[in-house]
Amino acid sequence: MSKRNFVLACLTPLLVFSVAFLALPLVRLFLASGEGDAGWAVYLDILRKPRYINTLVLTVLVSLATTFAALVVSTTAGMFLLRNQFRGRGILLSVLTLPLAFPGVVIGFLIILLGGRQGLVNQLTPGHVVFAYSVVGLFLGYLYFSIPRVLLTVMAAAEKLDPALEEAARTMGASPFRVVMDVIIPGLMPALIASGAIAFATAMGAFGTAFTLATDIDVIPMVIYTEFTLSANIAIAAALSIVLGLVTWVLLLIARTFSGTTVAAGG
Amino acid sequence: MFRSKTKVLQLAVTLLACAFLLVPTILSVMAGLTVNYFKGISSGLTLKWVYQVWELYSESIFLSIWLALACLIVTLIIGLPAAYGLARHPGWLSRMLEEFISLPLAVPGLALALALLQLYGTLKGFRASWTFILVGHVLYTLPFMVRSILAVLAAMDLKTLEEGAATLGASPWQRFRDIVVPNAMPGILAGALTVVTLSLGEFNLTWMLHTPYLKTLPVGLADSYASMRLEIASAYTLIFFIIIVPLLMAMQWASARAQRIAK
Amino acid sequence: MTLRLTNTAKTYPDGTRALLPTELYVDQGEIVSLLGPSGCGKTTLLRIIAGLETPDAGSEIWFGSDNVTSLPVERRKVGMVFQFFALFPNMSVRGNIGYGLKMQKLPKSEIDARVTEVLDMCQLQEFSGRAVDALSGGQRQRVALARAIAPRPRLLLLDEPLSALDAALREELRDELAVLLREFDITAIFVTHDQDEAMAIADRVAVMSNGQVVQSGTPEDLYRNPKSAFVAGFVGNAMRFDGTCEGTKLKLAGGTLTLPGDGSGQDVFVRAEDVQIEADGPLTGRVETVTFLGTHYRIGISGITTDVLASTYVGQNAPRAGETVTAEIKPEMLMLLPKGAAGE
Repeated sequence: MSKRNFVLACLTPLLVFSVAFLALPLVRLFLASGEGDAGWAVYLDILRKPRYINTLVLTVLVSLATTFAALVVSTTAGMFLLRNQFRGRGILLSVLTLPLAFPGVVIGFLIILLGGRQGLVNQLTPGHVVFAYSVVGLFLGYLYFSIPRVLLTVMAAAEKLDPALEEAARTMGASPFRVVMDVIIPGLMPALIASGAIAFATAMGAFGTAFTLATDIDVIPMVIYTEFTLSANIAIAAALSIVLGLVTWVLLLIARTFSGTTVAAGG
Repeated sequence: MFRSKTKVLQLAVTLLACAFLLVPTILSVMAGLTVNYFKGISSGLTLKWVYQVWELYSESIFLSIWLALACLIVTLIIGLPAAYGLARHPGWLSRMLEEFISLPLAVPGLALALALLQLYGTLKGFRASWTFILVGHVLYTLPFMVRSILAVLAAMDLKTLEEGAATLGASPWQRFRDIVVPNAMPGILAGALTVVTLSLGEFNLTWMLHTPYLKTLPVGLADSYASMRLEIASAYTLIFFIIIVPLLMAMQWASARAQRIAK
Repeated sequence: MTLRLTNTAKTYPDGTRALLPTELYVDQGEIVSLLGPSGCGKTTLLRIIAGLETPDAGSEIWFGSDNVTSLPVERRKVGMVFQFFALFPNMSVRGNIGYGLKMQKLPKSEIDARVTEVLDMCQLQEFSGRAVDALSGGQRQRVALARAIAPRPRLLLLDEPLSALDAALREELRDELAVLLREFDITAIFVTHDQDEAMAIADRVAVMSNGQVVQSGTPEDLYRNPKSAFVAGFVGNAMRFDGTCEGTKLKLAGGTLTLPGDGSGQDVFVRAEDVQIEADGPLTGRVETVTFLGTHYRIGISGITTDVLASTYVGQNAPRAGETVTAEIKPEMLMLLPKGAAGE
């Protein structure tokens, strides 16, 4: 067997698998989205019917809030852990990165333990404070999910920042605040955009967390799930899946062009 | 050391974030080990809930371990040669293919599961067997395996190493076995740990693909969260942590090592 | 084994002609160097011989009486030393050297014996168990050579084998390599862009330019009788005079030279060591630069021809920059080559 044929043979299993279980199913999903009563107008329905518009708006808003919060928290913590050496630093870093592969359902449960009826907050506070099943709970769940991912991306980028740039700014009389604004943030910008896109995309598509927390909240993944299982409205579920998939894919594509890597999505 | 105000503020944010991630985890461990969580630790510690979980869900746990190992084998069989092929044929076609198989990283699992159900849901034998879930897991974990190996292979001068072996009389297969695989080992190890970890925790696809007779560990978790008392749900989560956390740590260690080598 | 190439050429899919149709013959035990600037096709030619590149249709490569043109590289039984050595990082020194023998499916005891023998020859005994990344550049180079030679190849190919080493080491290993290759008594071809290396190691040098062999001969032959301006310039850095020939006289800005023959239609070249600064020489110029090089000075003189003319000066009282000097060149040291000779 020649070298070229050998290399092609190496790619064959991948090609067969991805055509059979990725390409063809996605094509089928797309076709299914047009097979409902509304035909291809189903995509217009998503933008016309209040139920879907409200869902879209709410999902985007929660995702935006998650992204913003995760960026602020993770950048602050990441820069702090990178620039300071102290006892216990390694432990803090592990605590902040270990939840990386916790599935969304587990994170949902952890939020219930914080803000559910038997949750910590409800036990500690005198009033009746239950937030796990509200938008706040969902936001916290998404935030839990995003902090490790954003932290890793930002820290990897911050490690590559040349400390001499900061020192140069300091010698020219810049205050610590100005150094952050003029040197650190611009230097981290690609990583911030990339990890922001990752956080946003994962929040948009997060199913596990929503499944445990958002029984009464209409976010896109939950609507897809209920349309499919309860209403058997396959066309709209397929159409929403396609739209959601396209949005998250484009976002992560942007993330990759900015940073070159993506930390595990999903959830 | 932490004299300036900014530093104190940064430290506060860091500690708050750590507390946010850590406290509920500790709560869940505690809840799984206390006799009555509502009454608190004072009600006593027990392994009763853990035993109950084992009785109720051990089948799910074994199914998940079995799936994770099967997933590892399949991703290795498909991913290792594929990563090699992509590394030896860099070009726009390979970039497209890599981008395409990476779709499951970006597209939510829910959408992929729907797609699989639409196309194969009517094949009853396939739909009802564990291999259907396996397909979903392979779909989701394969890009991690391919990229992990590809990163290591792309960092070395694979072409010249292979030419060296060829001039010494090695056939394409011998070169793959003697040169490519041993040198890709750090990437294979990191990829393998990632695949097993992700497969064990995979919920989004699995929830849509599973049948009442085939529940994986995370599906069982969701089930217990919805229908069991808090102590049992917590004890189950505890078991999950005990399985997943060492794997996660090993995976992070192996990935850092592979990245160092790739540089 | 003898090597014979006929009509061997390489055209890339985009139309680039890396190698024009080439004939090459290498005798049993002969060490031939392919010398030329980067991009001249020398590495392509070597890789075609190895079987790492497929030549154009019509090319023929003969190893002795075997036509190996369509034989894949792993069955050609060649040994190759790569520019950056291509040692297998997953194997020890011993593992690297024994790999070719393992591919021949020799019994383990014989592999061990042969590897030990080669380790001795290349003075690598003490490193045999080391990982290859724990070796210095020079040691790696020797392991690469030992690995190529261990399976007793029909032909040894070396692609810039010394260029990855630093300058001091390069010179030392160059002489060592010349001795080793003769000890192995093997037909060898090695590619280099360094004329000193080619001359020190090879029995015969083939100078290449723009995808073809422009001249081939012993190092002395190439140095003394270059057939083209390119060879004269590339081998020994000959300088061209910018003047007008009238019979056997060459009229220059700084004086007139006597040629060894009729110079009409010819270009005239000279080497720095043949330009002598002498009182009462026929050429007059101004010293621009004086560079002390240990054993001699290199003097740059302007005003004789368009470019600065270099002259080698051996002695204590070198002229200083700014002084006016006279120089002499013996007619037999001037090289006459056809104008616009091929290979530029």
